[in-house]
Amino acid sequence: MALHTEHRAPIESGCPDGLQYMHPVMRKHYGNWAYHEDPRPGVLVHVAKNGDKIWTVRAGTQRILDLFTLRKLCEIGDQYGDGYVRFTLRSNIEYMVADEAKVEPLIKALEDAGFVVGGTKNSVTMISHTQGWLHCDIPGTDASGVVKAMMDELYEEFKSWNMPNRVHITTSCCQINCGGQGDIAINVQHTKPPKINHDLVANVCERPSVVARCPVAAIRPALVNGKPSLEVDEKKCICCGACYPPCPPMQINDAEHTKLAIWVGGNHSNARGRPTFHKLVAAGIPNNPPRWPEATAIVKRILEVYKEDAKDWERINDWIERIGWPRFFEKTGLPFTKYHINNWLGARRTLNASTHIRF
Amino acid sequence: MANKHYETPMLDELEKGPWPSFISGIKRLRDQHPDDRIKGVANSLLGQLEHSYETRKGYWKGGTVSVFGYGSGIIPRFSEVGHAFPESKEFHTLRVQPPAGNYYTTDMLRQLAESWEKWGSGLITFHGQTGNIMFIGTDTDNTQHFFDEINEYGWDLGGAGPCVRTGMSCVGAARCEQSCLDEMRVHRTLLNNFTDDVHRPALPYKFKFKVSGCANDCMNSIERSDFAIIGTWRDDMKVDQEAVKEYVAKKGRDYILDNVVNRCPTNALALREDDTLEVNNRDCVRCMHCLNVMPKALSPGDDKGATILIGGKRTLKIGDLMGTVIVPFMKLDTDEDYERLVELAEEVIDFWAENGLEHERCGEMIERIGLANFLEGIGVEVDPNMVVEPRNISYVRMDGWDEEAEKWFKRKAEEKAAAAAG
Ligand code: HEM
Ligand code: SF4
Ligand code: SF4
Ligand code: SF4
Ligand code: SF4
Repeated sequence: MALHTEHRAPIESGCPDGLQYMHPVMRKHYGNWAYHEDPRPGVLVHVAKNGDKIWTVRAGTQRILDLFTLRKLCEIGDQYGDGYVRFTLRSNIEYMVADEAKVEPLIKALEDAGFVVGGTKNSVTMISHTQGWLHCDIPGTDASGVVKAMMDELYEEFKSWNMPNRVHITTSCCQINCGGQGDIAINVQHTKPPKINHDLVANVCERPSVVARCPVAAIRPALVNGKPSLEVDEKKCICCGACYPPCPPMQINDAEHTKLAIWVGGNHSNARGRPTFHKLVAAGIPNNPPRWPEATAIVKRILEVYKEDAKDWERINDWIERIGWPRFFEKTGLPFTKYHINNWLGARRTLNASTHIRF
Repeated sequence: MANKHYETPMLDELEKGPWPSFISGIKRLRDQHPDDRIKGVANSLLGQLEHSYETRKGYWKGGTVSVFGYGSGIIPRFSEVGHAFPESKEFHTLRVQPPAGNYYTTDMLRQLAESWEKWGSGLITFHGQTGNIMFIGTDTDNTQHFFDEINEYGWDLGGAGPCVRTGMSCVGAARCEQSCLDEMRVHRTLLNNFTDDVHRPALPYKFKFKVSGCANDCMNSIERSDFAIIGTWRDDMKVDQEAVKEYVAKKGRDYILDNVVNRCPTNALALREDDTLEVNNRDCVRCMHCLNVMPKALSPGDDKGATILIGGKRTLKIGDLMGTVIVPFMKLDTDEDYERLVELAEEVIDFWAENGLEHERCGEMIERIGLANFLEGIGVEVDPNMVVEPRNISYVRMDGWDEEAEKWFKRKAEEKAAAAAG
């Protein structure tokens, strides 16, 4: 009985109204914008139909914000901005100001505090990333660390407009890939089947749901040492790790055999072609904390070739479509192996059934 | 206790370099925060993270934690090495729904920071990949206290587990000239119609709504959501020929030919000798490319609305899927339009709740039962916009052909009559 009075019932207010936190100029011209311009990297100016303007300054941060950093960002917003901010999909912070004179001091304040102004238009913007060892229960790597190490190397590219078109990079720390599709994606790739801790399976795992989770039906219930457990057909297993979240004794993570793979050409936009998924280009990359230099080197190499070779407005997928995959592998110096040939559902559609060959 | 710092030689390497370091941030909490509890948690967290870096393994496990009245919104984390790093042995995350479009005043951010300082670790992310504000790290009791406090001033939890998840929408109408939607209204109308399904997981698996104001799809909604709402228009795009001429004068004819005309996927553009642009609006697929290159000269038309695609998701279990067009165009102006949108979402979720297998995303169910059966289930008529091309295999039973063809002609006649009447 006491239970009901002890607890406060939640107010199920759901998603709050953003208008109350929106810059007044944006509120005033909601749905009435004419065009925008890009005065410099990291700055946008949007012009309303009546000519009113709003300036946006975009900055990269460490994404996992401590209270000091969050308060610093607020302080900058109060002192140099108008007190209104928003965050992009890729966790960049944006400050909106109605007065152009505020833009330069705002940029300076952000840069003096160590934040990085940029990430607009044809830059390499912030890598969208997942949780990793800091918080997830299944990660094979630390996405936050990979991203920090990589952004150190892509720092200048974030701050400038050197790329043919925008570059969206993502990371994921398991093969569930909550990082999403990217022009370049750096994702965990396991290379050995899970090692099963049979002593724990019976206590921890709901065996039928683990069996059902496997994409290739490689798991069977089995008796091991007289106890109910599970068994993996290692010839069938594709080392995806899908059995691990529902059954942690199916240890998929391995200090040596959990690797990184790199994928390119994912594009969410409908501009020009239809949206595309990214494709495998490199694998077997060591999962090498604390700075993962091998993965960064490959990403940088791909970006260098893209920067040199692609035409204006070509995203990575558009560029490869023009030059062809053979030339992509040639120019980047990456090996093409049997693993690049798709054998999953619908794979035949990815094979070349034509004489279209570039020489 | 909090005086002894764990050694973190590997993490220290992540303090080097020009990009802001999350490790330095956690260390600031450890070294400079006045509250010993926060100091201790930060120290312990760094210790466990260093241990992960050294052994290349994660040490968190899940569990069950929720706030009173809800079944979701908390990601429980218990440390497997809590004996060695006791002060962060419970380190749960609260997923909190942001305002549609992610707007904040600095005052509100400070208020949230104060509450989190009272009850949590002091670590926050704006936002997780599903779109939530992630308040990272607190113990079971404080989960409830923190939620009670912020819930009083307007914040509610997002989804976790097999339920409707937090939505996402682009900046859109608030600041983007390409927007063809009221993204905030779409987002809030849908999400807040399903609050019960957000807070009490009872679906086959997760279900995500994402809203993009145009086909640039800044929210990745086709690739990353079960129900994507994307703004578009169906009348002619607007062309300001004077502005076109200015672009040509500034960039040269070749640039406009190479980067606008020749990149149109359906050859719907032509640059005339007098430097005006001709658009074949019947062939244009509203891909947004030419509008992106010349935002001053080209804009969406006036007859705006939305395209709806259903069934996008990432890898698990059958591989990545993109959403499929289910509604090629619907108006979203009046209250009735919004009611129709909500009804459609309800139909989809109800049908999937009934027919989806455990742990099967909506798109996977469609893959299993076929699009035609899904459409029948949700009461939507077939439309050639749903396919890239028609069937290319003869192995199919088609003895219902006459009735189906009849239906099509009847529908077309009705649409024509309706158009003539109104
Ligand atoms: C069991 C442990 C899991 C944990 C701890 C976990 C954690 C997370 C977190 C923290 C996010 C960002 C969340 C947010 O913004 O609120 C996320 C997003 C995501 N998760 Fe998980 N996840 C788990 C399992 C899965 C599984 C089994 C799938 C597979 C289907 C999955 C697919 C995704 C995807 C696709 C996203 C990104 C979604 C988007 O773009 O909206 N996760 N996950
Ligand atoms: S990608 Fe995998 S390991 Fe990383 S946060 Fe998402 S579910 Fe966790
Ligand atoms: S790792 Fe993947 S393929 Fe292998 S047993 Fe587990 S679920 Fe099946
Ligand atoms: S999706 Fe379209 S409307 Fe929305 S922010 Fe992107 S370009 Fe603008
Ligand atoms: S919006 Fe796309 S399809 Fe339409 S005219 Fe422009 S480039 Fe062509």
